[in-house]
This record gives sequence, C-alpha cells and structure tokens, in this order.
Amino acid sequence: MVASALALAAGLAVMTAMAFIATTPATVDFSAGHRAGQPVNVTFQTVGSYGSGTHASWVSYEIQAPSGQWVHTTLWQVPAHTRINVTIEQFDSGSPLRNQEIGQVTGTLGGYMLLNGKRVSVVNSNSGNGVAHTFSIPNLGLNVPLYGVNGNANLCGAAPCTTSSPHNLIKFSFTSPGPGSYPWQCFVPCGLGFLYGNGGPMQTVGYMDGFMKVVA
Amino acid sequence: MADQPTPTDAGGTGTAGGSAQSNRSRSGGHVPRLVGIWAAISLVGDLLFWFLAGPHIPPGTMTSAAGGAQFDFNVLFIIAVPVVVAVWVYMGYALFTWRASRVPGGPEVRRQFQRGHTGVQAWFIGTTTVIVMGLFIFGTAELIIPAGAGGGEGPNPIWTPTSGTVLPVQVIAQQWKFSYRYPTFGGFETDQLYLPDNTTIAFHVTSLDVIHDFWAYQLGVKADANPQQDNVAYTTTSQLGSFTVRCDELCGLWHGSMFNYGKVVSKTAFEQWASRTEAALAANTKNLPAFSWTYVPDANGADGSYYPDNVDPYSKVETYGAQKVTFK
Repeated sequence: MVASALALAAGLAVMTAMAFIATTPATVDFSAGHRAGQPVNVTFQTVGSYGSGTHASWVSYEIQAPSGQWVHTTLWQVPAHTRINVTIEQFDSGSPLRNQEIGQVTGTLGGYMLLNGKRVSVVNSNSGNGVAHTFSIPNLGLNVPLYGVNGNANLCGAAPCTTSSPHNLIKFSFTSPGPGSYPWQCFVPCGLGFLYGNGGPMQTVGYMDGFMKVVA
Repeated sequence: MADQPTPTDAGGTGTAGGSAQSNRSRSGGHVPRLVGIWAAISLVGDLLFWFLAGPHIPPGTMTSAAGGAQFDFNVLFIIAVPVVVAVWVYMGYALFTWRASRVPGGPEVRRQFQRGHTGVQAWFIGTTTVIVMGLFIFGTAELIIPAGAGGGEGPNPIWTPTSGTVLPVQVIAQQWKFSYRYPTFGGFETDQLYLPDNTTIAFHVTSLDVIHDFWAYQLGVKADANPQQDNVAYTTTSQLGSFTVRCDELCGLWHGSMFNYGKVVSKTAFEQWASRTEAALAANTKNLPAFSWTYVPDANGADGSYYPDNVDPYSKVETYGAQKVTFK
C-alpha cells in the first residue's frame, strides 16, 4: 500500500517535471563563444499574432538565434558587462499608450534609439501610428517604445515574418549588467480579449514577458 | 496568593490552628518572591531592549512615519516583556515550588486549588483591562498625531499634517512598475523617486490597471494603489538616504520584480534634480495627459480600460484613431 502510494507520487512528480520542461520556452544563448570586449548582437521580432501553436492569436516576441533560426521564446542569455546591440523588427499596429511616460527612451547608450535609421528619444503615442509594444527591462531603467505599423496595412499574420511585410526597424544598444536574471516585458497592455489587456500573452513567459539571463 | 489555602488548612484533611498557621507562614513569601523575580527580569529585559535593540528596529527613522512605527513597536515591546515574563516566571515558580512531591497531601490537594481566588481574578481582569485600553488610546493617538502614520487615508484624508508646506508626489502604479509625477514641477513623470529632506510629502497613490500597493519600506509609508482612486498618505522626511519601494499587492506575473529605489536628498539637491529632470523630460511631458489625481483609461485601443472579447487581433479596436468601442 505504502509502496504503491510512493510509486504514484513519484510518477506524478516525474510527469509534472516533464510537463514543466516541455512547456518552458528555450533559452537562446548569445554568451557561448563570446570574446571579451566584443559586442553581442540580438535580434527580435514583434508580431501581432504568432499564427500557430496553442495560442495562435496571441501577440508575441520571438528571438533570432545566432544560427539565424527564429525561436519562439523570450528567454535569452548574454555575457555580463558587454555592449548589447539590439535590433527589433516590429510588425504590429500601434495605439496610444496607457501611460505616455513609457514613450520616453531610457537606459540605452546615448539615450536614444534608431527608428528606421532616424535617431528618436521620445515617441508621442497620441499621433501617427502610436506605439505597438515596448522593450523594457525595468530593473535596469531600460525602456524603448516600439512605434506601430499602420493598422490599415496588410500586416504579417504569422511568425516568423519577413521584412517584405510592413514593419519598423528599431535599433539601440545598452550595456549588460552583472550576472543575474532580469525580467523584461512589454508595457503596452496588448493582451487582446483580456481584462485591461493585461492577461494572456502579457502574463506568459514566451510571449510578451521573459528573462534576460546574464552570465559572467 | 499569600492567602491561598494550604493543603492542610483548607482541605479538611489536616487540623486547624497551629498547623494552619505554620503552613500560612510557609507560603507567605511567595508573592514578594514572585514579584521580585518578575520585576528584576522585566526591568533588565526592557532596559536592554530599549537601549540596545530599540534604535535599530525597522523601518528606522528616515521619516516621521518610520520613526513613529519604530517608537510604537518599541513601546509595545516593553509593555509585552513584563507580561511575558510574568507568565513564564509564575509558570516556572509554580512548577518548581508547588509540584506535587513538595506539597503535603500529594495529588489530592489539586482539587482545593481549583476553586479560584477572587483577588487574583480581580487583579488579572483589572491589569489586562488597563493594558488593553491603554494600548488602544496610545495606538489611536499615534495614528492621529502623525496624520495617518504613513498609511493610505483615501482621497479625503481625515488626518492632515500641520505643516504649511506639503510637496505632492503622485505615485502611478501599473503592471509592473511605479512611476512618479511631480505636479509642482511642470507635471513631469519619471520612474525615479527623489524627495527633499525635512519636508512633508503627500503621496497621491493611484493605479492604471489592477490593484497594486505602494510600500516605501524605510519611509514607513504604505498605501494601496487602486485604479481611478486617489489614495493619500503623508509623511515628513527627516534623514538622508536610499529607500526601497515595493509593490505589496499580488498583481500578476512580475509582481515580485515590481520594485525600485528612491532617495531622500537635501532640499538643494532635490531642487536641482527636479529642475534638471523637468528640462530633460520636457519633450515627453507635453505628451502626457493633463495632470489629474486619477486617470480614466480611454476605451479606445491599448490604452483602453477593457478589451472587448472575441475581437479580431487586427480589429481597428486596437488601432489608434479607431471608433470607441460599444460594450454589449
């Protein structure tokens, strides 16, 4: 009787662990083989709907691995105290921000981003196409508003999107901190269909939240 | 306790007269001994705590609210020490002195001590009543005098500070960060929280989405952040240094990461920081909504209060400039 109960408990524990492993997004490693003093280049996409999987309609980030393959994850690893050059291909439409304070670019080297090649420090989300998402690591004071694509355009509907679809190209750099795990997120409540827009992809690692893992 | 019946004079098993007198004199020293032990330990304990531990009790003395919390805790502690000591001393004394093997008559005498003692009961009720009522009055005064003791008092505070100059700082919570708006400096909004020393601060705490809680630990300030509510909490800074702000209301995935750090700086340094930040953020400040104690998210798009269900991800609902949504 006791042996059966223990076996059942062990089985449940293994199944739980397997389920956790199976559902945890992969980590894209940019630290392997990194040479000291060299910058690390990281490329993201933001898409209005991922287009496949369990939550095909959810908005999502994805990351391009060093091999060039797009990975549906928000977990990435970089070396500490290194210049990180970020490129974001932004394919989603925008809107006014709930809090325009995050229309300000902060925490980047130089305090600006390049939006389609143009230096920008503030995005007024109440004009133009508004802001689609933000790339923010609050604990580092890093915030970059991602200007939206015209919502009437023929938007990319499934990841990975190609640059033939309407998009904005955002580039910026920052210096990675010391080792640790740093949560990052989008501050635009883009969880369509959820209360206040803050549910679903806004609360799920692998979509609009994740960790930047920094290793020595 | 000195008049408690001894096993022989009250139990009916012994003889009255000389034997009772002997037992009475034998038990007559209990109360002085108990009081003496209790008073000595309590006094030493209280003095050690007050002078050694008391000044280091969190949240410290960075503000009037924090200092008040520390003082209140210390007062409660030195009142609690004699109570705890009384219980422990009496219990230990009773276990040793009145254990069955030391009492003539053995276990049979227990029945006689279960009758109660009017004097002891009156003393117990009177003492505990005085302590509890005293603490009630003390606690109420400590809540009123420092204008809410750093707690959120809602949009219409009952207790307001006596200081003529109050610096308003708006705390805006959202998933998952705090930002701060300074209405007296052009209404700029930043994620940095700087406060001037020796100044009464009025925190106006609100939220743009779910319920959060603004907990500036070392300031002794804690106020819920409710959407479309202006929750006001007062404190007066009294010490330079850094402090931690945490969200203290479970608010979603990154609740545990919803924290930042603030600083209490000199008035001069604060003026310089505020002027510098106001100028640096001017380009974005003009895009902010007009200053208000609360903000009602527009129903149009990602800044909307609610997303309608079953909407195409490409619906104009989430596109800037779309028609306002009509909820069914």
